[in-house]
Amino acid sequence: MDLIIYGLGRWLHIGSGILWIGLLWYFNFVQVPGLKGAAADGTAAGITKHIAPRALELFRWASLSTVLFGALILGKQLPSALLFANKAYYPIGIGAWLGIIMFLNVWGLIWPNQKKILNLYQYATNPASDEVKNKARRIAFLASRTNTMLSIPMLFFMVASGGLFRRAFFGG
Amino acid sequence: MKNPLDSIWGTIICGLLLTSVLYNFIYFLS
Repeated sequence: MDLIIYGLGRWLHIGSGILWIGLLWYFNFVQVPGLKGAAADGTAAGITKHIAPRALELFRWASLSTVLFGALILGKQLPSALLFANKAYYPIGIGAWLGIIMFLNVWGLIWPNQKKILNLYQYATNPASDEVKNKARRIAFLASRTNTMLSIPMLFFMVASGGLFRRAFFGG
Repeated sequence: MKNPLDSIWGTIICGLLLTSVLYNFIYFLS
């Protein structure tokens, strides 16, 4: 049982996390700056129609599986981590809270607004107006940038919550 | 004042500052 939870669970948590944060960084460091140039020469449709929707699907489900496998690994220690029960839980508690905030950002702000921007799901047959899309674009952009900012401390506290890294940074 | 999240470097610097603030906070707390 331990092998499944701590071995397979940890493997899948990290794999999902790489997919999630990798795509987040792709959106922020590659796609958004690249779209400016693509819009200028009329090639943006290739990205917004064929690449962004596929990347967003993987992105949002990877965020869910990262959080679920993270909760699985913590198991009975989850409440202690989230409530900072004692100092041993401080690094993982901060990392977990940052991950949860980022996950809520994905499902509550980024995904609903990207659906409007890219005409996905219910907006495929009934597209949002340009005014609504412009507002959605700004909200999705800032939520995505907020997640990029939060990913830096989140990653630090995730890797700092165990092993030699933890001892180096927090002693004991 | 411009929103620092509008630029990539502003976002990264904010992330590093937040890391430092949180790290020092829990380092001195524990």
